[in-house]
Amino acid sequence: MLTTPLRRAAAGAAALAAGLATLTGCSTGGGDEGTLNILIDNSEATGQLMQALADAYTEAHPDVEIELELRPGGSEGDNIVKTRLQTGDMPDLFFYNSGSLLQALAPDQTLVDLAGESYMDAVTDTFKDGVRAGDALYGVPVGHAVGGGVLYDLAAYEELGLEVPTTWDAFMANNRAILDAGNAAPVIQTYGTESAWTSQLFILADNYNVLAAEPDWAEAYTANEAHFADTPAAAAGFEHLQEVAEAGYLNEDFASLTYAEGLAALAAGEGVHYPMLTTALTEIEATDPEALDGVGFFALPGTDPANAGLTTWLPGGLYLPQSNEDPGPAQDFLAFVASTEGCDAQTAGASVIGPYFIDGCTVPEDVPPAVAQLQTYFDAGLTAPALEFLSPVKGPALEQITVEVGSGIRSAADAAALYDEDVKKQAQQLGLEGW
Amino acid sequence: MTTTALPAPPRERRRGHRSHRSHYPLWFYLPAGAVYGVLFIVPTVASFYFAFTRWNMSGTEFIGLENFALFFSEPYLFQGLVNTFVYGLLTSGLKVVLGMLLAVFLTSQIIARGYLRSVVFFPTLVSTVGVGITFTVLLDPGDGLVNQALAAVGIAGPGWLTDPDLALISVAFVDVWKGVGLATLIYIAGVVAIPQEYFEAAEVDGASGFQRLRHITLPLLRPATATVIVLSLIGGLRSFDLIWAMTQGGPGFTSDVVASVIFKQYQAGFWGLSSAGNVVLFLLVAALMVPLYWKLNRKEVER
Repeated sequence: MLTTPLRRAAAGAAALAAGLATLTGCSTGGGDEGTLNILIDNSEATGQLMQALADAYTEAHPDVEIELELRPGGSEGDNIVKTRLQTGDMPDLFFYNSGSLLQALAPDQTLVDLAGESYMDAVTDTFKDGVRAGDALYGVPVGHAVGGGVLYDLAAYEELGLEVPTTWDAFMANNRAILDAGNAAPVIQTYGTESAWTSQLFILADNYNVLAAEPDWAEAYTANEAHFADTPAAAAGFEHLQEVAEAGYLNEDFASLTYAEGLAALAAGEGVHYPMLTTALTEIEATDPEALDGVGFFALPGTDPANAGLTTWLPGGLYLPQSNEDPGPAQDFLAFVASTEGCDAQTAGASVIGPYFIDGCTVPEDVPPAVAQLQTYFDAGLTAPALEFLSPVKGPALEQITVEVGSGIRSAADAAALYDEDVKKQAQQLGLEGW
Repeated sequence: MTTTALPAPPRERRRGHRSHRSHYPLWFYLPAGAVYGVLFIVPTVASFYFAFTRWNMSGTEFIGLENFALFFSEPYLFQGLVNTFVYGLLTSGLKVVLGMLLAVFLTSQIIARGYLRSVVFFPTLVSTVGVGITFTVLLDPGDGLVNQALAAVGIAGPGWLTDPDLALISVAFVDVWKGVGLATLIYIAGVVAIPQEYFEAAEVDGASGFQRLRHITLPLLRPATATVIVLSLIGGLRSFDLIWAMTQGGPGFTSDVVASVIFKQYQAGFWGLSSAGNVVLFLLVAALMVPLYWKLNRKEVER
């Protein structure tokens, strides 16, 4: 066979070329005089915020140039961040999630501890908890508090005379009314290309309700004492997804619709409820600013109408890799981001979708309806962090499992048990005790 | 990923009484040997080692066979294994049948033969990911060209890539579309190499066209068939790029193959576990292909 050696030679050449590219990447990646390279994810929200911060900073410091380097989101992005940290090829700064995803980066070995920096004093304790490992603090917040719940079509609610539901049963009754009216799909789900992650919201955004029923849930879960399958309040998220799918409340094209198309469907009134993070508001504003006034938000409802609270996410942060040999300029930029000038720059250049995590920062009066509704949960103190900020244990296959539940391939009980198996790997990988 | 290269075919050794002396001085082989060692042998050996460790950002910890136990207890791995075989056999079988038929057709006296040959070969030249993305758009259940065309003649097309029962088959068909050109090319070379005298003699004996195909072309194409089967089965068993570009193993886990399960473990940061998966895939492909290759080639020699 003539092709075999040829192909090997070609593969060798390709590998060599890749190796060379990495080497050259190294030499340009770090300390160019006066240039700060920052790796960020390619979402609209992060791009807007970081561009606003970069513009404001370079205006005050004309000798500094900031270059934003884009990477994909999701697990592919996690992979890139881990690989680049591990190979010492990370730019001067990078933007990444706080919470369990940060813990998986082994921050004590890859990131610079910022606890001793004076600018960290302005960062609120809530955010610090999300970037803490032991006594060390690793990140500076960029962006706003995020809520996980249901984005809904205000016009459809008005037309059908519906009330914002505070219990799951009321939510299902609303879905029934929407289905009977026949104009729109009650619940939007989007399992299309690179959008499978959107299927997790029914579980992840239910954490307030889980904690309301089981206050020790997060600790017991981390210690391998409680699991999704044997904790009814936690398994409820999987069951809710199954109920919605089985009742025929999903949009017909849920299997192929993408996240962006799902938001467009919500804005166009083709679907009424879309379980989602409030970061989606930035995406809506970027594509169709006027649609933002027609979108409302409520927390994923549980069982107790008097205790209808919101599961919240911390925004991502900027981190300083230990591979940065000249951290001075990067530290100066971090100090700017952690100041009121930093959040004013974000307010000026990007849409404000929630409160900041820096002392002294204010949110403008005039915000879209969904942001105002989000704010009421914070004002009433009815918020709890998502599980990923209370426990480092998060399984990587949740999005595929929830797609299966939503598509009717797997039952809720089976899915909860399968996810418990999936998180075990992560816990063992992190070397947690009791697994 | 571990390279799943085949070991050297055994017949090379049996022919060994030809001159053992090499035609070149030893240093001549050094550059190639060094490249081969650094890029293939060292990573392969290293991956065998890492398969026995829990490997994360902070280093490696030797954990024996735990990764293999975990890999085989992956609930979706079994599904992935079944899918791998279905995918490998389906694509390989179709490439053999279609490739042979196309080759017989394209070696007959037809108009624009050269053009038609290049058209059949063309998809092989296109990037796999490009093909995957293109077909993802074409096969979209609502707006895709395929279902719109079906709708025009009154058929409601299925969700090719979103129906759990269909997704893997759809990807396999795209793989065949892309890969059949290479199979055809190999078969064309095989058909052309058959001496015309056989056909003339058969004609004198009054053999029909079908009999000539059945008793002359097919048996004499055996070497070509062996090559096509080996190439396409290896390709099918370790296929990843097309599946990842089209479904990412979805919906859920329904179109996962061993290679995509391994890739997901790697993405999740379970590097030791995914190394173990690669070792398993390597052994699996080798265990299947070495006997197959040996058998197909022995038959060839006997003839």
